[in-house]
Amino acid sequence: MISLTSPVETRAHDWPAGAKLGALSLATMALFAMGGVAGHAAAFAAMLALYAAPGAVFFRSGMARLRVLWPFLAIIVLWHVVAATPGQGAVIALRLVTAVGLANLVTMTTRLSDMIAVVRWLAAPLRRVGIDTRALELGIALVIRFTPMLAAKGTQLARAWRARAARRPGWRIVTPFVLCAIDDAEHVADALKARGGL
Amino acid sequence: MERNIALVALFAALIAALGVIPQVTLPFGVPVTAQSLGVMLCGTVLGARRGAMAVLLFMLLVCLGLPLLSGGRGGLGVIVSPTGGFFIAFPIAAFVAGLITQSWRRVPLALSAGVAAAVGGLVLYAFGIFGLAQVLGKSLGEAALLVTVFIPGDAIKAVLAGLITSALYRARPRAVLSRA
Repeated sequence: MISLTSPVETRAHDWPAGAKLGALSLATMALFAMGGVAGHAAAFAAMLALYAAPGAVFFRSGMARLRVLWPFLAIIVLWHVVAATPGQGAVIALRLVTAVGLANLVTMTTRLSDMIAVVRWLAAPLRRVGIDTRALELGIALVIRFTPMLAAKGTQLARAWRARAARRPGWRIVTPFVLCAIDDAEHVADALKARGGL
Repeated sequence: MERNIALVALFAALIAALGVIPQVTLPFGVPVTAQSLGVMLCGTVLGARRGAMAVLLFMLLVCLGLPLLSGGRGGLGVIVSPTGGFFIAFPIAAFVAGLITQSWRRVPLALSAGVAAAVGGLVLYAFGIFGLAQVLGKSLGEAALLVTVFIPGDAIKAVLAGLITSALYRARPRAVLSRA
């Protein structure tokens, strides 16, 4: 399964995931508390510098992921030009890009296994009071395993539809698609039980 | 126990897989996909608690950095992005939809599940509009204007959720936990 972690190894890949997540939440809170344009411009520049530090390949793939924000930026720019409040618009736009950019940076530099370790650590208090967290861990593994399988089945269903109909497949393939998921779940449950269960 | 875990996990995977089905992107970048339909189906099929758990499991994996949201989006940036409110409302919408489906049994399932999905959709909009207003620095009324284009699509999705849930109940009555 493809994850959003960057294939370009950076020094930040080896930093503890918990610390990165903690720093990210502090930075995000600070961004939303801060008011001035100068501060937001500085934060934005610092964010860009962090993306540029590991090299051009990393920078380009990071910026590509921020591209989804452009419709919102267009709305903000248009809105504040019409309302003649460019300063306020600049703060909102910079804050938006910096906050999403920083969060994306943590995602890009943290391996999936490190993230799952943080989840295990966060769930530790639950285990101490006697709640079994194996169900959660098994659930994570099952979703990672079955998402590509279900997606493949959905593609097959769409092809089967196209082979017989002139129109594009619509909502009617959702019912058999969900049935696939339900039947797979029954098989997985039987297989888990056959192996001794939880 | 094993069956519940398997159903919850497979429905979480189903939400992700529904995001892969080709999407239409309307203005403002909010992609219209079958993904929010999947969130509603979690509630109407699995019931309030298990439906919400399936959605939470899906969201956890998105936050951990898997590109499971429609359009291959994912990672922690989703929460602070303008559409973060919609994302955060997913489990609540599934819970509400499940609660209505499992408690309103006097009418045909297609109707109660359809209404449940519509009310779940309202929950989604309430949180989504609040999130948009916060991130874009607009008033709630102004943010609400930005999402009005999506209302017809979501109304259709609610009707479909009702029809699909009732078809699933006819095909696999034991698996529709909201009525089992």
